[in-house]
Parts: sequence; structure tokens; C-alpha cells
Amino acid sequence: MSDVRLRLTGIQKSFGATRALKSVSLAIAPGEVHALIGENGAGKSTLMKVLSGAHAADAGTMELGGAPYLPENPHDARLKGVAMIYQELNLALHLSAQENILLGAESANLGWVDGRASRDRARAALALLGHETLDLAQPAGAFSIAEQQVIEIARALLIQPQVLIMDEPTSSLTQADTEKLFATIGRLRASGVSVIYISHFLEECRHIADRYTVLKDGETVGSGEMKDASLDHIVTLMTGREVKDLYPRTAHAPGRVVLEVKSAGGAPRLKRASLQVKAGEIFGLAGLIGAGRTDLLRTVFGLDDLEAGEVCILDAPAGAASPRSRWAQGVGFLSENRKEEGLMLNQSIADNLTLTKMECFGRLGWIGRGRQQQAAQRWVGELRVKCRDTAQCIGELSGGNQQKVALARLLEHPARIFLLDEPTRGIDVGSKAQIYQLVSELAAAGKAVVVVSSYLPELLGLCDTIGVMCRGELSAVRPRAEWNEPDIIRVATGSA
Amino acid sequence: MKKNLKTILAKGGPFIGLILVIVLFAIPGETREFFLTYNNFKIIFTQTVIVAIGALGMTLIIVSGGIDLSVGSTIALTSVVGALLIQHGWGPMPVLIAVVASGGLIGLLNGAAIAGLRMTPFIITLGTLGVARGGAKWLADNQTVNYDGSPINGWMTTADPFSHALPAGVWVAIGLAILTSLLLRNTVFGRHVFALGSNEATARLCGIPTTRLKVFIYVIAGLFFGLAGLFQLSRLRQGDPTVAVGLELDIIASVIIGGASLSGGVGTILGSMIGALIMAVLRNGSQQMGWPTYFQEIIIGLVIIVAVFLDRLRQGRAAA
Repeated sequence: MSDVRLRLTGIQKSFGATRALKSVSLAIAPGEVHALIGENGAGKSTLMKVLSGAHAADAGTMELGGAPYLPENPHDARLKGVAMIYQELNLALHLSAQENILLGAESANLGWVDGRASRDRARAALALLGHETLDLAQPAGAFSIAEQQVIEIARALLIQPQVLIMDEPTSSLTQADTEKLFATIGRLRASGVSVIYISHFLEECRHIADRYTVLKDGETVGSGEMKDASLDHIVTLMTGREVKDLYPRTAHAPGRVVLEVKSAGGAPRLKRASLQVKAGEIFGLAGLIGAGRTDLLRTVFGLDDLEAGEVCILDAPAGAASPRSRWAQGVGFLSENRKEEGLMLNQSIADNLTLTKMECFGRLGWIGRGRQQQAAQRWVGELRVKCRDTAQCIGELSGGNQQKVALARLLEHPARIFLLDEPTRGIDVGSKAQIYQLVSELAAAGKAVVVVSSYLPELLGLCDTIGVMCRGELSAVRPRAEWNEPDIIRVATGSA
Repeated sequence: MKKNLKTILAKGGPFIGLILVIVLFAIPGETREFFLTYNNFKIIFTQTVIVAIGALGMTLIIVSGGIDLSVGSTIALTSVVGALLIQHGWGPMPVLIAVVASGGLIGLLNGAAIAGLRMTPFIITLGTLGVARGGAKWLADNQTVNYDGSPINGWMTTADPFSHALPAGVWVAIGLAILTSLLLRNTVFGRHVFALGSNEATARLCGIPTTRLKVFIYVIAGLFFGLAGLFQLSRLRQGDPTVAVGLELDIIASVIIGGASLSGGVGTILGSMIGALIMAVLRNGSQQMGWPTYFQEIIIGLVIIVAVFLDRLRQGRAAA
């Protein structure tokens, strides 16, 4: 490769005794989409922080356009032409879309914001993304997550970056929005922008990237042309082991109906949904983001109010539900939003894992710390959670390990009906495979599992029955064998 | 070894601060004679009691992610209630129970409004700050409530001012601090308080009755504030509706200096107690140095800022 836009050589970075990056090398040409692949904890985030100026490397060199590149901070990096889109959106939700796009780069005359110039620049950036029609005056908080991401990308494009880094851009996008994003990336590539694309969705990387680099334990373990590489080869590089079958199928025979939803409706997006889930069955809920899948789970769990219809749990009295009563009936819920809802990030692993049943570890309101630690230790061992001990603050763990603890809460409770909302969002392949294995074992043990996912191969690989939601209605429920990806997409987009 | 040092720094930060402040006042010639004597520390401990008992309740509230601005007014109101009851001939134990309960009642009003109306604690307690202060003045007919004498007057002093014994109030504060610390660390209630403050959404998702819990937290804290009011009464030997103006800020400062986070989920009773002591030592030392009160105020203000800044540095280091 003669023409190199960005070249990293031998980058090292340590935090105390932890060597996050041991030796990372990377080269990207202008107009190239480069997939950066690796499990959680492989060093991708640290590398991106070094690239975007948030951390300084301990050793190694970086060159941008042939000249040494030493960003002092993210703002400096941005000015030098390296922009970053983080997985967690960074928007001021109360400000308008336009103000967000122009944040830090406002068009102004003597301090007065120039309304027309601002609007034109924001429009131009959105046009590049194929979203000319976005209402610039609306507050950012009023948009869907996918639209918020578009706003964020538009902000990065405003300063015409040479290198655009995207960290898990599709983790909260639906298939349709993902397609749009890929079209956008295609346009960026055509205009000569180099894109570093980080994603756990390997099929996606294959689809969009020209070349790839695989990181493992802070080192570059492989790189090359995407078209020459097989998925198996990449997975082997990432994990150091072969993942033969991502979706294990333990034999399970569905039994009695344990959860029945009859014409349920509720705020804000659930209009009408009916379903039956049997013990030992994995039920998948597909649909676009905003189709009401999460709302359905939350309503079943009593987090949102049921306004119409009925939810029946086997062996439990009918009537108004609350999360408290649902846990008591053996229903457990895993939130799609690990950081904001699922976990208490500044509390210990043990407290997070046992929060639903602390009173069970002692008497008269006292907590038997030993028994609590023991219970937590058991799951940490069984699910191979990487941590110092169960007293460690959960915010220090990687996403995959946090998710395992969040799931262990349902196992420890123990739940007999598992409501899992995007259980594998934003976690590494190794952890994913483990969670699939676990879900399959749960079904084999006679638990009922409802899985919401935006990732269709996952639903098709894992579930016995799949229901597809569209605009708040659960329209089609069929055995997995009767579904394929195009069919699901047709029903989900209302074009069936 | 290096790691141990870091843990000591992280856990003992407020304690190191306390020692620093003590050393600071032990060195100058003006104060050296008297400052490090047992009798002076007896004075410091006695002066800490009211803020310390208030800080017990405030730690619960702040760890749960809330705040209470009405503490000073609650202390004034409950001390007036106590004085009036003594005037009416009530004995010390019934007065104690009634004063503490009236504090709990104000906590109940705060908690019910915060949890029931789903309003922010800052606004609700800013309101009760005025309501309770006005109520105290109304009850007291806008003047101090005097009485002929009561055994309660002896709870903040010792019969013989030169004896080595500590007044009852100091022992009550120490005992309650130990109990509250155990409550926060080792009971389901305590861990639920942390859960609520750390992430209310998670607490709700995990089936913790957050509404009831919030009310309960403010009631318990209110009981502590009522008790602080009783010791205020004991110290002044009269019910004064204008007493303890702004005391909530001293109490909040103690909790924050002690390492708690205003965003909830973090804090310890030991830290808050040391925070309260640091404030009392600063006041006591400044007085002995002959510094004017405005100078004391400036120093205490700066200490709060420096303490929280150091705490952030320390936690940043620990996380990296």
C-alpha cells in the first residue's frame, strides 16, 4: 500500500500495571473503510482514545498524511482531521438538532449566531447522509436513537474529517437504518474519507469494509483484505479458538403455557399484542426499533402500565403487576440499557447480582455477607466473569462481563420466565456465544425465554418461535422454521 | 505494598484531613498550650454533636440520591416544641419522644411529597425550610420559649465542667453513628438505599419499592433531625425559633467532606462523622487563634472545595 493516510506503528499504552496496548500497528489508505475487530477488552477502545487524543500513547508513532500526528486532546484531533463517533451518543438533548450539529463550530458574526448560515451548513451535512428532511428545530431528545446518531455523524462531518472513527455505530440501529448508514459510509468512502469501523457484527464488517485489522489482548494479530478473509478465519484470530457453532441447539421440548398475553396495549408504543410462551420455549421478538418490542416486555413486567388486554402468568393471580410482584412470581427482566437501567455502575458485583433478593441471605433485614458473596462467586465462576473479586465495582468490567452479571441476577433469583431485551447488544463474540449457550440451556431446563433482538441471525439461530412486531402490533407469530430474514424484514417494515 | 498505600489513601482521605487540621492548630504558639488538651477536645466533641446527628440523617438521604435543605428549620421547630412541652410540665422522656417524633413527622411530609408528587427533593425541602421556620416562630409566638429548668439541660454538659466525663449527647451521637453505619452497610434496607442512589431505574427494575423506601428514608432522617433539635434545646436551655439558620449547609458539607457524592450511591457514616469533626476543629481552632468569624467562614468554604477536589482526584487515580 503506497498511499497511506494514517499509519500507526508499535503503539503501546499502560494503565498502572495493566498493559492495555502492547503493540498495535495499523495503516489506512484514503477512501478506505477499515474494520477494527476484536473482543471486548482487546484494546479497541483504548486505541481509539489514543487516536482521538483522549490518551497519549506511551510508545510508538502515529502519522497522518505523512506528517507526525500527536493530538493533545479530542478537540485538537478533530481540528487535525480525526473525528470520532462514540457508541454512546453525545448529544445535548435539550438543544435543537441544528444546535447539536453545530456545537463547538457555530457560524457566528461577532458572537451572534448566524441563523441562516448555520441552517445551511447543518442541512449540507445532513444531505451528505441522505437525511435532508430531518426537522432541525426539534430538540435532539425528541428524535429516535437512530436519528440521534445521524445528528451525531452530521456533527463529525461538519469539519470535513480525513479520518472518521465509528465505534459500534449499528448497535442500536434497525436493519433499515443500518442499510442507510452503509449507504452513507459508501458516500464518505467515495469522497476520500478514511473510515475506521468498529463493530461486533462480523457480517457487517465483511459487507462494508475493504480491509481489516484484528486486535487481541492489545496486539495486532492479523490484518488483510476483507474479500480474502473468511468469517471463521477472523473469529479464530479474535478468540484464539474456533467458534464452530455460535448457536448451540440443546434439545428442548416445550411444555405448558406459562406466559400468555392477550391483546395487550399500553403507553407509549404498544398497541395490540398477543402471544403464548411455553415452558422450555425460546420466543423471539423481531421488529424495527420503535415497533413496541421493548414496550411489550416492559408492560408484561409491570414497568409500564397495561392499558388494555391481559397478561397471565401461570400459577399467579391476575391483576395489576409491578416489577416487585413479577419477581415474586418468578419473572425476570434484562434491560436493553445496561448502563442507565440494568446495573448500578458504582456498586459491587455482588450487590448488583443479588439486588432482587438481598433479604434471602440473612434474617430480620440483616444481610449475611458471606452467603451473599458465595452466591455471587458461584455465578462469577460459572459464567467466567473476568473480575478481581465479587466486591469489585461493576463499572470497571468490560461490557460483556457486565452483561453476564446482569443475566446472572435472573439466574440467581431464580426466574422461571426470562424476558431478555437485546441480551447481546454491544458485547464481544466470546460472551455472545456464551449467552446463546446459556439461553439454550435455560430452555432445556424448562424455563421460558422471550428474546428481543434487532439482529436477525441471532433470532433465527436461537429461537423456537418468532413473532414480528410492526408499529405497536404483534402481527405474525410462527415457528422458526417458517421464517427467513427477508420475510421478517417484510413483516417488520409493514411491506408484507 | 504500593496498592495498600493507595487503598489507605482512598479509604482514609477524610481522616488524614482531620489530622492535618489538628496539626495545623497544634503548631502555632497562640494555641499550642490549650489546643491539644483533653478539655479542648471535650469541647470540640460537644460542639460537634448537633451537626453529627444531623449528618447521620443527611448521609442516608444523600446516599439515596436526595437532599434535605430544611434541617436547620426542623431543628428550630422541634426545639421549640420541646421547650413548649417542658413549659407544660412534661417529663424528660416524654419530651424526648415527642421532639424526635415531630422531627419524624416533618420527614414524613418531606418524603411523602417527594415520593408521592414525584418532585425533586431540592424543591420540596426548600419549601419546608420556609414552612418549618415559620411554623417554629408561630408556635413560639415569635419569641424565645423559656422554662424553669429540666433534666434535659444537662444532656449537653457535665455536672462538673472540669470532670473528664463526656456529656450524654456525645455518647448518644457515637452510639447512633455505630448503629447507622451498621444499618447502611449490613442490612437490606441500607443496601437498598445505596441501590436507590446509585441507579433508581435499576432499583425499580429489581422490584425495590422505591416510593415507600424514599418516604422511609426521609422519616428516619427526620427522627435524627428531631434528636438534633432536642440537643439544640439542651444546649441553649430555651426554645429559640431563630436558631440553626443555615445549619443544613454545615451538615451537608460534613457529609460531602466525608466522601459522599451528591449524585448518590456513595458515602459512609464514618466519613461524615470525620467531616463533622473537621468542621468543628476548624471553628474551635480559628476561635483560639483569635480569627474573626468571617475568616472562619472563608476557611470552611475553601476546605469544602479542596476536600471534594482531592476526593475526585483520588477516585480518578483509583479508577485508572
